[in-house]
Amino acid sequence: MNDNLSRRNFLSRGTAAVSAVWISAHWTAIVAAAEHAHQAAKSSAPAKFQFFSPEQAAEIDAITARIIPSDETPGAHEAGVVYFIDRALTTFAVDDQKTYRNGLPQFQARVTELFPKLEKFSSATPEQQDQVLRSLGQHGGGGPRMYRAAPGAAPFFETVRVHTVLGFLIDPDSGRDGNRDGVGWKLIGRDRDHMFQPPFGHYDKDYAGWQPDPPNAEKTKA
Amino acid sequence: MRSDTPKYKTSDEVDFVIVGSGAAGGIMAKELSTNGFRVVVLEQGPYLTEADFVHDEIRVLTEDLLTNKPKLQPTSFRKTPNEKAKPQRALVYGRCVGGTSVHFTANFWRFHEIDFVERSKIGPIPGADLRDWPITYADLEPYYTKVEWEIGVSGLAGASPFDPPRSKPYPMPPLPVKGSGVIFERAARKLGWHPFPAPMAILSQPRAGRSACVNCGFCLAFGCEVGAKSSSLAAAIPVAEKTGRCEIRPNSYVHRIETDSNGRVTGAVYFDEKRNTHLQKAKAVIVCANGAETPRLLLLSANKQFPNGLANSSGIVGKYLMLNSGGVATGVFEDQLNDYKGFAVSRILHDFYELDHEKVGFYGGGGMDARFDITPASFALGSLPPGTPSWGKGFKDTLANNFTRTMELFGHGTSLPVETNSFSLDPDLKDAWGLPALCLTYKDHPDDIKLSNWLSQRALELLDAAGAKQKWAPTIGEQQFAVHLLGTCRMGNDPKTSVINSDHRTHDIKNLFLCDGSSLVTSGRGQPTMTIEALSFRAADRITALAKRGELT
Repeated sequence: MNDNLSRRNFLSRGTAAVSAVWISAHWTAIVAAAEHAHQAAKSSAPAKFQFFSPEQAAEIDAITARIIPSDETPGAHEAGVVYFIDRALTTFAVDDQKTYRNGLPQFQARVTELFPKLEKFSSATPEQQDQVLRSLGQHGGGGPRMYRAAPGAAPFFETVRVHTVLGFLIDPDSGRDGNRDGVGWKLIGRDRDHMFQPPFGHYDKDYAGWQPDPPNAEKTKA
Repeated sequence: MRSDTPKYKTSDEVDFVIVGSGAAGGIMAKELSTNGFRVVVLEQGPYLTEADFVHDEIRVLTEDLLTNKPKLQPTSFRKTPNEKAKPQRALVYGRCVGGTSVHFTANFWRFHEIDFVERSKIGPIPGADLRDWPITYADLEPYYTKVEWEIGVSGLAGASPFDPPRSKPYPMPPLPVKGSGVIFERAARKLGWHPFPAPMAILSQPRAGRSACVNCGFCLAFGCEVGAKSSSLAAAIPVAEKTGRCEIRPNSYVHRIETDSNGRVTGAVYFDEKRNTHLQKAKAVIVCANGAETPRLLLLSANKQFPNGLANSSGIVGKYLMLNSGGVATGVFEDQLNDYKGFAVSRILHDFYELDHEKVGFYGGGGMDARFDITPASFALGSLPPGTPSWGKGFKDTLANNFTRTMELFGHGTSLPVETNSFSLDPDLKDAWGLPALCLTYKDHPDDIKLSNWLSQRALELLDAAGAKQKWAPTIGEQQFAVHLLGTCRMGNDPKTSVINSDHRTHDIKNLFLCDGSSLVTSGRGQPTMTIEALSFRAADRITALAKRGELT
């Protein structure tokens, strides 16, 4: 990924696409955002695992890679989600340590139950891996908007799933070791900049401007 | 700027202690200090600044950077007063200097004339105690205008045929239209409705040393890193501090208001960051702690003289809570909206503000907006169409397609005031300081549920007219989580059925005032903050007049 851009690059990269009037109107904001990005960039780079052993990390990495698989586009593995989870378990998700500690051996037992010759999820084929995950139940993706991961109580796979999504889509400049090189945001089409000017997309690009209701419009009640 | 602000001693009897620095408290502080009074604002949360307002969803949403802390401040819930409440996350509010105005959506429409006089217009409603306000829209109009000009609201006057009269246009043009707004506008007009540019408390132009919105896309639930969102933190508190008469004291958790033998309040007792207790003395106390914490503080302050809590001779402190009803629908479109760019809402409509009750078969009314207010990880965890796989290629492909092609319609509606809907003190559950926790008791009035369903249907109808490829609406259930905290110390002329008078003075205690969502008599059609702020401007005028006439002591 050569797209290692962030807000601090805005001034050098963005000016070509942005009008001078807009720049002058937003000058203080641009400076603020540039400083903001600089602060974010100071935060630490991924290091060694703090919580997982290398063996555990390999298993978690393999699970995340089936939740958001790598195909023509990068997935959870390329986004470094396992590093994000490792760090999460010593920071905001410290309550979930037990879920991982107890859940992973049970999860591996499930692998052996389904495939007696296998001891580890990571040594199964992708098809076998998916079979293991399917055996744990399918989740409906809709439902009420989830505001946050439920701490502690969630079963192992759901916890890994939520952490994988967070690690894949977190602001890459937030210093949490997730969404490496912004690959998650690139996948979903979320530009890594943090300031935009209209038009934003297809539907507003040919908007003719606000037109009042025709003068004879009735003020109707539904 | 902050270094010039005064540091009052707790023993120094200031003119006013204001409890809470949010939508109401921030404006109260600005107005009273500008009018020459010495003011201490006690805020339970920290003094964060723009540099703290990161786009990290975990820091903000999971770790509650800007909001109440469920671990320190547990809450409980029950549907009716006969049940034993269960510990449950029951509400969210801003817990930092600027309060909820720091993280809100900033939808800023005014209430309409009907909101103040509904009871006389439509009569009593079974199962509710609907009442008129002691003030009218006309009384509040100058203060709505003050909010728009002094705090900063973008909008277009006259764009909605349903708008109430106004004395002045908006100070700034509306924010740019988003894809969701264009889709909404076209479809709504097809249906014969009257969409218009949303009034938003977000700057569309630089103003008063603050930047215009840069459309960063982290708006609802996040603090604005460029000060474009017109929070109390950005728009009111700096003015208050500049007077040199206002001290904002963060990390100060007020848990009791002290009274003397004459039945007057003498100050506010609070824990500092190290949990040491202090009494800040004041000539008068104004509680602006929100519709949950304001009644809680009055109840926590019960003493021999006021055994039911302060200002509670009526017994209704904490009661008649209204959360607003609402229905949401989501649509996915063929082409990219990229609606993650920008603030949440650019178009709304008020065609359903006053529904014909006979025709629809229930009381109520609402507004509707087009929005996208969901940040990436939250989107992936909660906003994909029903039936989407939750992992694997199907999950990934839907995520990749939908994030830039999704929009929501949000219908906001009335809640009826029901006596048993309330915030009270949980008899068992305690917070981290050992004080009784908040208990939410709530069961929507049947008409509120009917209205929510009706709004959902209109939202689906609009998505249909807009040609959405996919659309869905969650089933409407009874609410168990509070965001809008309204009506719990309501205003009125009768001390038996209200807690404060139209000056925001409590009926029972001459130098105790309340101003925030708790003051509202009816719920409006959602989006209460504009009205809370107008009330605060007005209350500050009334309190200033009383103080100058020597009627507080």
